[in-house]
Amino acid sequence: MDPAVHLRSAVALAGRFPALSGVDLDVAPGEVVAVLGPNGAGKTSLLRACAGLVPVTSGDAVVLGCDLREDRTAVRRRVGLLGHDASLYDELSAAENVRFALRAAGVSSRVATARADGALDRLGLVGRLRRTPALRLSAGQRRRAALAVLVARAPELWLMDEPHAGLDAGARSLVASLVADAATDGAAVVLTSHEPDLSVPLADRVVVMAGGRVAEVRPGGRDVAAAPPLLVAVKGDDADVA
Amino acid sequence: MWRDALLVASKDVRIELRSRVALWQVLPFAVLVLVLFGFALGPGPATLRSAAPGLYWLAVLFSTVLATQRSVAIESGEGTRDGLRLSGIDPGGVFLGKAAAVALQLVAVQVLLGAGLVVLFGVRLEAWWLALVASVLATIGLSAAGVLYGALSAGLRVRETLLPLLVLPIVAPVLIAGSRAWSAAVSGAVGPGTSWLKILGPFAAVYVAVGIGLYGPLQETS
Repeated sequence: MDPAVHLRSAVALAGRFPALSGVDLDVAPGEVVAVLGPNGAGKTSLLRACAGLVPVTSGDAVVLGCDLREDRTAVRRRVGLLGHDASLYDELSAAENVRFALRAAGVSSRVATARADGALDRLGLVGRLRRTPALRLSAGQRRRAALAVLVARAPELWLMDEPHAGLDAGARSLVASLVADAATDGAAVVLTSHEPDLSVPLADRVVVMAGGRVAEVRPGGRDVAAAPPLLVAVKGDDADVA
Repeated sequence: MWRDALLVASKDVRIELRSRVALWQVLPFAVLVLVLFGFALGPGPATLRSAAPGLYWLAVLFSTVLATQRSVAIESGEGTRDGLRLSGIDPGGVFLGKAAAVALQLVAVQVLLGAGLVVLFGVRLEAWWLALVASVLATIGLSAAGVLYGALSAGLRVRETLLPLLVLPIVAPVLIAGSRAWSAAVSGAVGPGTSWLKILGPFAAVYVAVGIGLYGPLQETS
């Protein structure tokens, strides 16, 4: 089976500055990979490069069979990115935001409404919350609405940048079940985190990044403790990791 | 592309109806410009009537900048801009949709300003159809140019101050041709007036075509 993500010596620029400095990474369909590392390690840039939002300037970069160096726009419709900022229009309600994302992806109005309702139900945005403009939702509720967009779109590759940030305990366990269900359905999931306790148990593999490179790869899962090198990497001591 | 344009236009119009920026800021600003220029010119009815077409189009131009800034701001969040790029939606459709939403706001501005010219300046249109055609072409050109340059400045920190500097010189032909066409419509000199449509028409066509072609690349670089 072809990997969902295949990066070899991938270099990407954020503006004029290198964001990825030769990343090697393969992610199989149905696999969950947690990416850890200190601030500035290149975690977000890795996700944005996989989404075709940041150009890969050298190396190999193939995502869902699309060569990002030839055409990085072709893959975009097939990936879902949960970024730092919830990609919501403030004046539209959660339901309208999800429906717009689906309609933009070419889904018919009737199907979009049904899928949006299902996704919002799953994220616990029901009743008045569903009709409230995103501007008036709390940060956690906005995060849930952004997750609902991802769930409704059901992409082949889930790219989640700190998915637990700003969520309460209930929503964090919801993220775990969403990630597990996506992987069961055959989607590849790459998520970044500063919280090994939350992300490592979800992952089949853990990738530690430092200085725009993959510094360490280890198995994930519930049984894997956040061993010292992992914790050091997350806290920001690059030298100890490399 | 047309389906995407309709989707984006309806989204932007819905956002404008909820935020009421056009209602509470753009429309009052346009009227204010008209009235203040009227004060500056003095109370002479003949002077006001002869200057009215120019004042009208100046107010429309300034309103274009405001409406365009708002259109850019809707997509200014990192998340929403990424969301639009990841949706797979046709960039040409995004351009047309956003331009259509700006154009609708400019139509509202022009209706209000037209009423202002009649009430405040005592202007009567002898050839109303000439004014109408000129307004339609100018609105298309202004909204297309505004959204195009809005995309150019979208990713810049200084976009609010840069946008007027980019847009106002570029749309000067619309100011000149629109004012002349409206002056002809007021005086009833249809023949000379229609010649100005030959500037407004190509201006609109060029900016719509260039916008459809360049909006995607501009989104990638901004």
